[in-house]
Amino acid sequence: MINFDDVSKIFGDGDHRTAAVEDLTIEIPTGKITVFVGPSGCGKTTSLRMINRMIEPTSGTVLIDGVDTRSIDAPKLRRGIGYVIQNAGLFPHRTVLDNVATVPVLEGQSRKAARAVAAELLERVGLPGEMGRRYPAQLSGGQQQRVGVARALAADPPVMLMDEPFSAVDPVVRAQLQDEFTRLQADLGKTIVFVTHDIDEAVKLGDAIAVFAVGGRLAQYATPAEVLSHPADDFVADYVGRDRGYRALSFTVAGNLPVHDEPTLRLRSTGDSSLIPPDAAPGEPYWVLVVDDARQPRGWVDARRDTGGRPLDLDDLVLGGSLVGPQSSLRTALDAALSSPSGRGVAIDADGRVTGTVEARDVLDAIERARVAQGVLDGAEPPAASARTGDADQAAAAVLS
Amino acid sequence: MNGAFTWLTTGANWSGPDGVLARLAEHLWYTFLALAIALVIALPIGAAIGHTGRLTGLVSGLANALRALPTLGLLILLALWGLGTFKGSIALVGPAIAVLVILAIPPILSNTYAGIAAVDPAARDAAKGMGMTGREVLTKVELPVALPLIMSGIRSAFLQVVATATIAAVVSLGGFGRYVIDGNSTQNYPMMVAGSLLVAVLAIVGDRILALIGHFVISPGLTGRKVRARATTSDMVVAIEMEGGSAVLEPANRAGGDR
Amino acid sequence: MNWNWLNRNTDQILSWLLAHLWLAALPTLLGLLLALPLGALAFRYRWSYATLITLAGLLYTIPSLALFVVLPGILGTRILNPLNVVVALTLYTLALLVRVVADALDSVPPLVRQSATAMGYRPIRSLITVQLPLAVPVIGAGLRVAAVSNVSLVSVAALLGVPQLGQLFLVGFQLDFYTPIIAGIVLCLLVAGVFDTIILVAVRIATPWTRAVSHR
Repeated sequence: MINFDDVSKIFGDGDHRTAAVEDLTIEIPTGKITVFVGPSGCGKTTSLRMINRMIEPTSGTVLIDGVDTRSIDAPKLRRGIGYVIQNAGLFPHRTVLDNVATVPVLEGQSRKAARAVAAELLERVGLPGEMGRRYPAQLSGGQQQRVGVARALAADPPVMLMDEPFSAVDPVVRAQLQDEFTRLQADLGKTIVFVTHDIDEAVKLGDAIAVFAVGGRLAQYATPAEVLSHPADDFVADYVGRDRGYRALSFTVAGNLPVHDEPTLRLRSTGDSSLIPPDAAPGEPYWVLVVDDARQPRGWVDARRDTGGRPLDLDDLVLGGSLVGPQSSLRTALDAALSSPSGRGVAIDADGRVTGTVEARDVLDAIERARVAQGVLDGAEPPAASARTGDADQAAAAVLS
Repeated sequence: MNGAFTWLTTGANWSGPDGVLARLAEHLWYTFLALAIALVIALPIGAAIGHTGRLTGLVSGLANALRALPTLGLLILLALWGLGTFKGSIALVGPAIAVLVILAIPPILSNTYAGIAAVDPAARDAAKGMGMTGREVLTKVELPVALPLIMSGIRSAFLQVVATATIAAVVSLGGFGRYVIDGNSTQNYPMMVAGSLLVAVLAIVGDRILALIGHFVISPGLTGRKVRARATTSDMVVAIEMEGGSAVLEPANRAGGDR
Repeated sequence: MNWNWLNRNTDQILSWLLAHLWLAALPTLLGLLLALPLGALAFRYRWSYATLITLAGLLYTIPSLALFVVLPGILGTRILNPLNVVVALTLYTLALLVRVVADALDSVPPLVRQSATAMGYRPIRSLITVQLPLAVPVIGAGLRVAAVSNVSLVSVAALLGVPQLGQLFLVGFQLDFYTPIIAGIVLCLLVAGVFDTIILVAVRIATPWTRAVSHR
């Protein structure tokens, strides 16, 4: 684990002193992703760079597994820490493979062995093997970023520092990189400190979030769920932004939401207006779920629409929204209901087959029950503003099931 | 013109202490010597300045001021001083070589500094963050990436030296310039033209060879375009790489002047 | 430093100075005027860029003295005719500036060029009124190099008998006398400095927007 012990970084002196980081004390758990998040000038990057001594603290101590970082020769320290930065910083004069192999070679490994490791890592980060022979200038931004991650992993360091690694790419690529990164970490279990200014990214990736305020003050250090549901002060609440109530729903598994039966029509069957029950409100569309032969949902069709007796095909369908899977959160369930033309969110099993539908009111009921359960727990134990491990949320989820 | 070709094809003109081959050897030797000394001086200084980012204004100002010095004047000035101070052939050759070195330094210095300064800061940061020492960052990352511009500077220096060595014949230095100077005093125009053609060919061929060396030494991952482009937009030194040589430009017109 | 000698020869020195001034300034301007359209061509028609630049590079590779000697044969002039110097230096300036102009135009942000086209500017008008002004700083930097180099190169022609400040060096060498040499160097530096300043000021005047930004 990494410890900051009353660490400060002050720039300038006399009357012009600015504190980039002020009296930071924080414990970063081993094997987890800790995200430093905050606006520009909050000291998150400075703090990160004090871990590998790219910046030296003005006061205080940084310890890695109990060892003062100052007691180790700086370059040696850095070789044991993976470092990924925005824009990757690849060496343009070396091939991708040689870029990844940099630290092992620095450590004295033979170039051949290092390249073998590098090739493996390239695959791991999702790049085709032949890319190893190319030069960075020939790669796209997203590809360069992956190489940057592979390069940081090459010496298999226990700690990885990542400074806005996904900020320089477009949102679609960013989402892909984030997902793959999460998967990678599931395999590797490294101690990762991740800096970003994007609260959504922090919430999505972090096991714990440290919110920094301008001036280098640590405003809150807790799990993402905790930060969203119980921001420590106005600054955090403001920074987390609107919709935090809604976004907090993504941390609760939908679990045992009631799933209603839903009559379905098969694609390519002819429209069957007998599906419309006699008491259905006239004048408005009556939506029927359409599935394919594998019972996977393809969209909704208005049963009242006159298709002229020809078989249903995709052009007749109105596409639905999100799908509620077995691991989906309450947020996904609510969105599924809201984004469906019929107001009923489609629920699927692990194989993608339709199991029925969920309704918005069921989700709201579940939210209300969780809130009540939380209140009971809160009554028993006053919430602390700092590090909560989120077991309260687990208890609430347990209540639901 | 015809006279020149006649002169060039006369076998006698190629051998002997005054022959083409002898003069070629002299010219090459001066060039090589001057370039070597200039490299030893200018490369480390340029690298240090580019790496630490200090003294840039002073150095580029100096480099540009040197370009304004009239080479002929400098040669003669130092030659006179040499004659007054030393005895023997060193009296003239020494100062001449000194001038060659002085004029070869600015292009190498400026281009080295510009090349290193234009290295992607992210690459530098990543290198340091990965655990490279300052020296390793310089030798493994900055120098290789700056190589296109450095080679460009060397080619420019080469041309500068070849040209100045030609002129130095006036202070009794050997080399192809002798044909021009001696030819002028004896009104032997064909010899003058022959000498000029020889110098021109030497310059062009030498430049091509250096370009070829550069091609092998520079990583294929560097087109040089990106480094050049960054150097062009940075408001410090604008370095431009030419096929036939290179011109290092002054501090581009920084808004507000050198405040 | 023998001031008497300088006093006695003031007329000669002045006439040489004058000759030097126009021998250096004229080719610089001519070279610029020729380089502007050629550079613009090289920039606009990418296929011509390589050829033009290679030719320019080749030209620039030829040492000055060699060019001074060879040109009379081609031009049909006598070897000490100042015209050789003007032509030679114009060619050098041209060779240097073609690339500078092309690259300077290249450094203008493509978005600016595209907005001009989208607003309805025709290519030539866009080039002259939009792109060239923005390229002025870079061209100016190149022009300063050319001007200063030319001042030094002119003096080389003294070896062929062309009257200008370079003659002072030869006089000094013959008479084993430092004064004219130092005088010559100082005057050359002065001329170079003046040219450099003139161009710098001209660029400043031509780019009022850069000054506005600096006074934030």
